[in-house]
Amino acid sequence: MSTPLIKLTKKDFESNQDVRWCPGCGDYAILATVQRTLAQLGVARETTTFISGIGCSSRFPYYMNTYGFHTIHGRAPAIATGLKMARPELDVWVVTGDGDGLSIGGNHLMHALRRNVGLKIMLFNNQIYGLTKGQYSPTSAVGTKAASTPMGSLDYPINPLALALAAGATFVARVADTDAKLMATVLQEAYHHQGSVFIEILQNCPVFNDGIWEAITDDAPGRQIVLRDGEPLLFAGGTKGVAIGQDFQAAVVDAKNPAVSMHRAHGTLGYAQMLASLTAAEFPVPVGVLYKVEKPSYEAMANSQVADAIAAKGRGKLEALLAEGMTWRVS
Amino acid sequence: MTKSIQTLDRVVIRFAGDSGDGMQLTGTEFAKAAAEAGNDIATFPDFPAEIRAPAGSLPGVSGFQLHFSSSDIFTPGDAPDVLVVMNPAALKVNLKDLPVGGMLIINGGTFIEANLKKAGYAVNPLGDGSLEPYKVHTVDISALTTAALDATELSNKEKGRSKNFFALGLVFWMYGRDLAPEIARIEAQFAKKPQFAAANIAVLKAGYHYGETAELFQHTYHVPPAKFTPGFYRNIAGNEALATGLIAGAELAGKTLYFSGYPITPASAILHALAKNKHFGCITFQAEDEIAAIGAAIGAAYGGAVAVTASSGPGIALKMEAMGLAVMTELPLVIINVQRGGPSTGLPTKTEQSDLWQALCGRNGESPVPVFAAKTPGDCFYAAIEAIRIAIKYMTPVMLLSDGYIANGTEPWPVPDVKDLAPFPVVHRTDPAGYNVYARNEDLARAWVIPGTPGLEHRIGGIEKDALTGNISYDPANHEKQTHTRAAKVAKIAQDIAPMDVYGERSGDVLVIGWGGTHGSLRAGVESLRAQGKRVTHAHVRWLNPIEPELAGLVTKFKHVLVAELNMGQLRSLIRSEYLVDAQGLNKIQGQPFKVAEVVDAVNKLLEGKSVH
Repeated sequence: MSTPLIKLTKKDFESNQDVRWCPGCGDYAILATVQRTLAQLGVARETTTFISGIGCSSRFPYYMNTYGFHTIHGRAPAIATGLKMARPELDVWVVTGDGDGLSIGGNHLMHALRRNVGLKIMLFNNQIYGLTKGQYSPTSAVGTKAASTPMGSLDYPINPLALALAAGATFVARVADTDAKLMATVLQEAYHHQGSVFIEILQNCPVFNDGIWEAITDDAPGRQIVLRDGEPLLFAGGTKGVAIGQDFQAAVVDAKNPAVSMHRAHGTLGYAQMLASLTAAEFPVPVGVLYKVEKPSYEAMANSQVADAIAAKGRGKLEALLAEGMTWRVS
Repeated sequence: MTKSIQTLDRVVIRFAGDSGDGMQLTGTEFAKAAAEAGNDIATFPDFPAEIRAPAGSLPGVSGFQLHFSSSDIFTPGDAPDVLVVMNPAALKVNLKDLPVGGMLIINGGTFIEANLKKAGYAVNPLGDGSLEPYKVHTVDISALTTAALDATELSNKEKGRSKNFFALGLVFWMYGRDLAPEIARIEAQFAKKPQFAAANIAVLKAGYHYGETAELFQHTYHVPPAKFTPGFYRNIAGNEALATGLIAGAELAGKTLYFSGYPITPASAILHALAKNKHFGCITFQAEDEIAAIGAAIGAAYGGAVAVTASSGPGIALKMEAMGLAVMTELPLVIINVQRGGPSTGLPTKTEQSDLWQALCGRNGESPVPVFAAKTPGDCFYAAIEAIRIAIKYMTPVMLLSDGYIANGTEPWPVPDVKDLAPFPVVHRTDPAGYNVYARNEDLARAWVIPGTPGLEHRIGGIEKDALTGNISYDPANHEKQTHTRAAKVAKIAQDIAPMDVYGERSGDVLVIGWGGTHGSLRAGVESLRAQGKRVTHAHVRWLNPIEPELAGLVTKFKHVLVAELNMGQLRSLIRSEYLVDAQGLNKIQGQPFKVAEVVDAVNKLLEGKSVH
């Protein structure tokens, strides 16, 4: 039982179920960080809900000692939308993966973000279908050899952050499963955001797609830009920077170059899209909060319409409703 | 001049014209006048699926049939006594339904070469003698309407729009209806555009006075008031009644109503009706697709709302996987299917009862869902409340079937007294002591525990659950136990089913079984057969899963069992497999309701030892 006076620990957020991901799965680290961060935030377990779809990542709710709903493939954002509209006071987290969220559930993800529903969506991206034993996913690189694509996959991958920004998400971030510290910071900031949160978590699947993010995560200083609001886009131990020019082209330049861009999480959508487009082969990969803007949340607006209607017309009376339309009395 | 007045017991009138001719409005307004005059009424709008098919074309014809009577009626009538047609296409489409000797009022001004060609007439039917079997009144409604508006500054196009009011005025005169309430309605409806109000009133009066002065009509007609039980009545359509019932049901449960839908004919009107009633505290959500609509409803149910989604056949097909989730997680949810002609897009604006199997068997796995059907427009109100009550009591999704016929059709409905509606307040479990997620009460329902309740944090989901703790379980015996329990829970709903609506003796020669919106046609048919002394009984099946418990004792007590449905025999299959009786089928798949005569004819054939079809 939690009360505001008792300090919660990570353990309070662990359910009594055995965690059943494969040994070495990146999901363990994410789970631990989420549990620790919620304890640090001091949230109430009873007002916290985790909604998931189908896939390895979507087993997440079973391991959280909060309210949780493991739903059906791709539909978690829709189910979470209904829950958040009906109960805006709850913290609603959505856990999904690259297959669940971007393939079968792409439509729901897009619309939840566009409506700015106050959901905190964590998309675990491992570029593979794990639970169904290793088919390529919408984020897999072209040529991925998998069970269903022995000659290599043909589809061009989707960029989750670019999609989230285009859809209208009001908080867009990326973090790697190996960086617990940054993940905690991002989760804390996300927790306080009112509208739709989209966090891409680069997650390693040791069984079907091992090391897919190694180039980014293993040499972090060299391959990542940790985004900090109001600070320049520097990497490689502060020796190099990224400059985004007038022609909307990004370039890697020396850290001392005055052209190095300054990060503004509250910047323009165009700038955020530029950041999202920086991909590993050519550029360092931005992690942290790319974009953040304040807009009224969908559930707040939906509930205000109800309040406004009641204020304008008075609370509806069933007697009056029954007597609407064409009526007459027979005596 | 004075004309004689004939008294009639009942009249069926059909207005037909182009989609742009305002026939639905004409019909609705005339229905109001009939109800005001104390007649029993039943209406049947029949409109095309196209938003606006090419003007004057056959697919663009829209019709509205009204049956008004001095005695109790169950249907909008088999065939019109009077057919009003506004153009050649309307004549072409509707004439086959007019019995020989029927009255035909024709807007003669539209029978010009271009329109005749669009309707496929090589020769003008007004001049070739083909209409001789009917009492034809040709009136140039178009020209008379324009003439009535000569003095106004309206454009010719605007003037033309009023011509349906000429037809309305004419029939007002024919049936001795009072113009004053209609004038008041027009003034109210066009309050913001007084020039149109004035035009419509002028044309309405012109039509009325034309009837009075022209030498064409020999008689006017009087249909005396019906003997209604004293009380307060409302002319209500099924979709309106459903929306009203959902609001009432949520109030009776003491909960917030959450409704999510996706635009689809003929169910959208439910969403519209709820969206304009937010002051009842209901939240409405137009989702991105059918799956999201039921998904959001499931989320809201999980959060503790009275959650409802509505659609029609193809949309229901999309919702099936999510319905299975609601079965597995045992959350209360109401799914309304306003059926239409199928398969696929089928006949979006036409009625059919072909989604029964979809409702009963449309999901993967052993996935029992309670299913029942509303029988009349007014019954939709009570059905909505019943669906909510059962969903909550048994913690289950419930499918409520309606159809295009009762969704858009109207009938006089005795407005209930709110005090007579029994509340069923929801109490969510809040006590953590000894809580198990899938522990059940005597009705086999688990407790509805909602997020926000301290100490009861738990997880649910679509994977098979341990029969007590609700934790994931792949145990073979547990799965079998849970499968049986889910079925047993739905079967228990039989204890909540009201006595079956049986009209006639409990044994005899023919038992006519029907379900859903065909109730009126079947009841009227059986009534007329019984008036001839035939030993025929009508049993109306409201509950389809679990099926009406009384049916078992009834089907063996008749020489013949006739199951009448607007499908290929879906309930009949069920009855045959359930009760091993040789049930015959009366089946119609034309997008149209049964005619009373079709029912009578089928029963007579059985009585004569012939086959029904």
